[in-house]
Amino acid sequence: MELKPCVNIRQEWDIVGARQLGREKAKELGFGTVDQARIATAISELARNIYLYAGTGKVYFETIDHLDKKGLKIVAVDEGPGIRDLSQVMQDGYSTSGGLGAGLPGVKRLMDTFEINSEWGEGTEITAVKWVR
Amino acid sequence: MRIPILKLHNYLLISIQIDLDDQSAIQFQEDLLNKIHKSGATGVVIDLTSVDIIDSFIAKVLGDVVTMSDLMGAKVVLTGIQPAVAMTLIELGIHMQDVQTALDLEQGLIKLRQELEG
Repeated sequence: MELKPCVNIRQEWDIVGARQLGREKAKELGFGTVDQARIATAISELARNIYLYAGTGKVYFETIDHLDKKGLKIVAVDEGPGIRDLSQVMQDGYSTSGGLGAGLPGVKRLMDTFEINSEWGEGTEITAVKWVR
Repeated sequence: MRIPILKLHNYLLISIQIDLDDQSAIQFQEDLLNKIHKSGATGVVIDLTSVDIIDSFIAKVLGDVVTMSDLMGAKVVLTGIQPAVAMTLIELGIHMQDVQTALDLEQGLIKLRQELEG
């Protein structure tokens, strides 16, 4: 099996590194400029959440190449404190860090599929896919 | 990385041409406010033509710097926001309603002159 490309999020600059790699992958797959911006922005939000709330974590990229459709899957994983109330973090404007509270609900709107798994005290895993149209 | 801030008469001109990381964005916020203070500029144009991503953090820093400059007495216009960036911002849920914008640097300067000279 091919090793999935991954960016370690350890410092603030890694957020930029992750979204640049994501944009490159998106371009290779044939996404248009607007979708490239959507994907890069979504990665930026996910990577920042890792940096802000968990300290460290990883963002994986996986190319999906089926016969009938192609896409990019992004998986953001951390072993941070986890999310206590999932419904709360999916509300627009909710933030515990003084941000705009646009992050997760925004990522959901920018991507085609969005899945979040989080165990309080165990960490968080977010998977999001964008399909090439 | 420091973003250069140019002075032209009463105006300050900034063209952001790097992929903004959080630290550079915050540094820019501070540099711009100091420059307004030192130069007595009444208008600022921040050109975003070369910026191909604005996430929620950068949007917050930009929105804040507009409000902060306004508090100091300088009007800010953001110019050159790319179509993809505008679409992404709205989908993120960020509307930046109190922020003046213009299509490009030239239109931005015209807008500032209209606002400042009535």
